[in-house]
Amino acid sequence: MKLLLVTLYTVFCTVFTALIAAPVAAETAEATNFETQSITIALSQEPPQLNSMKATDTVSNFILPHVMEGLLRYDRRGKVVAGVASRWEVTEHSATFWLRKNALWSDGKPVTAHDFVFAWRNALKPVTASEYSFILYPIKNAEEINQGKMDHTMLGVTAVDDYTLSIQFARPIGYFTKLAAFTTYFPVREDYFTSKGDQYAAEATDLLYNGAFRLTEWVHGARLKMVKNETYWDKAHVTLNQINISYITADTRARLNLFIDDKIITTALNGETYKDALNERLRIRSFATGSVFFLEYNHRDNRPTRNVNLRRAIQHVFDADEFVNKVLATPGNLPGESLFPVWVQGVDSKFRKEYPPTIIDVNLDKARHYLELAKQQLGVARIPPLVLLVGTAPTSAKQAEYLQGLLKEKLDLDIKIDVQIFKQRLAKMTSGDFDIVSAGWSPDFDDIMTFGDLLASWNLNNRGRYNNPEYDRQVKIAMNSLDPKTRMDAMAIIQKIIHDQAVVLPQYEQGIIYLMHPKVRGVVRRVVGADPDFTYARIIQ
Amino acid sequence: MLLYSIKRLFAGIVTVWFIATATFIAMHQVPGDPLMNDKAVVPEIRKNLQQKYGLDKSTTEQYFIFMGNMLKGDFGISFTQQNRQVNDIIRDHFPVSAALGLLAIFFAALGGILFGALTALYRNRLPDIIIMFLVILGISVPSFVFAALGQLLIVNLNSFMGQSIIPVAGWGSFSHMIMPALVLGLGSMALLTRLMRSSMLEVINEEYIKTAKAKGLSPLRIFYRHQLRNAILPVITVLGPQIAAITTGGFVVELVFAIPGLGRYFVQAVQQLDYTVIMGTTVFYGAFLVLMVILVDIVYGFIDPRVRIN
Repeated sequence: MKLLLVTLYTVFCTVFTALIAAPVAAETAEATNFETQSITIALSQEPPQLNSMKATDTVSNFILPHVMEGLLRYDRRGKVVAGVASRWEVTEHSATFWLRKNALWSDGKPVTAHDFVFAWRNALKPVTASEYSFILYPIKNAEEINQGKMDHTMLGVTAVDDYTLSIQFARPIGYFTKLAAFTTYFPVREDYFTSKGDQYAAEATDLLYNGAFRLTEWVHGARLKMVKNETYWDKAHVTLNQINISYITADTRARLNLFIDDKIITTALNGETYKDALNERLRIRSFATGSVFFLEYNHRDNRPTRNVNLRRAIQHVFDADEFVNKVLATPGNLPGESLFPVWVQGVDSKFRKEYPPTIIDVNLDKARHYLELAKQQLGVARIPPLVLLVGTAPTSAKQAEYLQGLLKEKLDLDIKIDVQIFKQRLAKMTSGDFDIVSAGWSPDFDDIMTFGDLLASWNLNNRGRYNNPEYDRQVKIAMNSLDPKTRMDAMAIIQKIIHDQAVVLPQYEQGIIYLMHPKVRGVVRRVVGADPDFTYARIIQ
Repeated sequence: MLLYSIKRLFAGIVTVWFIATATFIAMHQVPGDPLMNDKAVVPEIRKNLQQKYGLDKSTTEQYFIFMGNMLKGDFGISFTQQNRQVNDIIRDHFPVSAALGLLAIFFAALGGILFGALTALYRNRLPDIIIMFLVILGISVPSFVFAALGQLLIVNLNSFMGQSIIPVAGWGSFSHMIMPALVLGLGSMALLTRLMRSSMLEVINEEYIKTAKAKGLSPLRIFYRHQLRNAILPVITVLGPQIAAITTGGFVVELVFAIPGLGRYFVQAVQQLDYTVIMGTTVFYGAFLVLMVILVDIVYGFIDPRVRIN
């Protein structure tokens, strides 16, 4: 007994001494510090990796644009402005970018055109297995290289000299400048990349930086630290000295507690924490993320949802306003009216202003009429139960149950809810094991095409396998034209097809609600690019 | 004793092999594709990913490759964190869970033994009733409720004091550990209290206690030398598995208090179908559990000579 106690005692003493003496000294930084111009934030998860050529997730796409910079970048208003390139020229078939000579890597060497050539070629190599390689496809031969049909040296991009980059396009493209700001287009220096091997971007010390900040610390699962990059060419416009990411937790209530305790400057709220924040009398802000959520029907041959009249019947009982106000019930969401969200740019102003979508009238008589037609065409007395595939989030269950109730009550349709974890849901979406799936789409770049080609027959993300030659034709028109009017006209036809054929059923445009420290100014929320963007943030007294 | 230990160790190794095999089979039976992500990829990229993780081979082949690598102590690269070794994940995050878990077990054992003995001594009187009521709460209320309440308590305390006395969440110092360890240990403490109570009640009525009383020993001496020592055995039995369970990470507590422990990786790996991390963490956890059970058997010998083999 004594021996046991002594052993236990020794173990505890050792562990605690080790813990207290460990270099991981407590960092109880406050949310803001005016003198040092530093802020502290929390992340919901840590970045899986920080290799810009392979990054896919939102956390990597938040950190990377803070510490790296492409040819171009987004300004405070979301416009594309000069980054590493100081000037550029885009024609129908090619583009030329002239790089500034004072753009430096964090080790002091200049960022050159070769770094872009290397990064883009490397991202396209099949062996890299980058999931975002498709975003480089507008460059000549990119798709062929990615599919292993061509050598990566055939890519239509050349470094004319150290500071001139010349690009040949695979097709005329009107939005290349917007792509040039995307993470996959960031530069990577070959000698550094090769010297790191498999370790590239695995730790803070395994990455070179050319952005407004440098990553100086990355303790996996625990914290990261970004400090102002003194070699950044535009450092004069960066006020913030330090961004501490001191907490990593997906628990929104924990983050709200940290906010109330003045430990972090911002946090997103959900349905539950929203009420707590109201009770605390905190100022709640909202922001439209730019993502659209919709019900995607299975258009494969043997599915009842292939019948247009069945889809129309559902379309005419679904009230997007009611869905947003009663089911989602948090501020900031907009009722879904189109696949193209309100923020998308049209010819001169917003697309949705120039080409308003047909508003769906919620009309039970029409719905029942379409349902009868559907039954006749399908030759059944009763529509078989429809499988609604959803994810595991608590909100998904609520939404699915609402739909189940609605369709039963109004149309006497039976819905079987199939709740699946993320990977299994994806597997079922891909194999077509569903009738209706609750899906969403987030924009990758600031052009209508990021939504427009989603339902094209060749798009692998078109999980319902919708196939309409006219839709495809319009997408190609918009893809191959540089004239904004022609492109938007084509997209307007697509918007009409989606409504008339009830291809998908838009549910809502996502809005999030969040809290922001009153002493922090200049934080930019973005639909595409780093969100939130702290590059121009500052702390007031 | 030595032969006994070796026998136990061998049985332990077989158990770990069984755990690894069962997990491997179960994992491959779970529907879903570990390589799928939000954005669909072209078939060539998929093929490359499959090659990288050896998923292009048959399941049987994968099993033997996995077993071979496991013997070498190599669990491979994580699917989600593509340039991190599973071994690194365990090495980085197990010490965190272990430190937190040890403190939690310390709270649990101390509280459990003390309260358990107390309730037995004051059987059916006020202290017994109060403590047993709390014990039922401790067992039936899930830990995420305690975690949320504990954190709220800190927030209120800090705002009442006007400054941060105890950190709300995070990791790095002893003060970060107190509340999460308490919350993490609460369930075990309740369990141990009940065990200790029933075991103590048995001991109290034994003849040798009467003898000790008749000898005129002081109540404190009786309690320490005769009652506690005899009653503590069942507690030690469950303590082993409890240590293994708690030190490998309480997912909820780690989530709420933003602690970089292994529990988070364990749960996320299953959700994300991260094959290598699932195997690595499960085998590690299994081996650790088996080791703790063996240790407990050996510790028995020190406490109770009657259990000593040969």
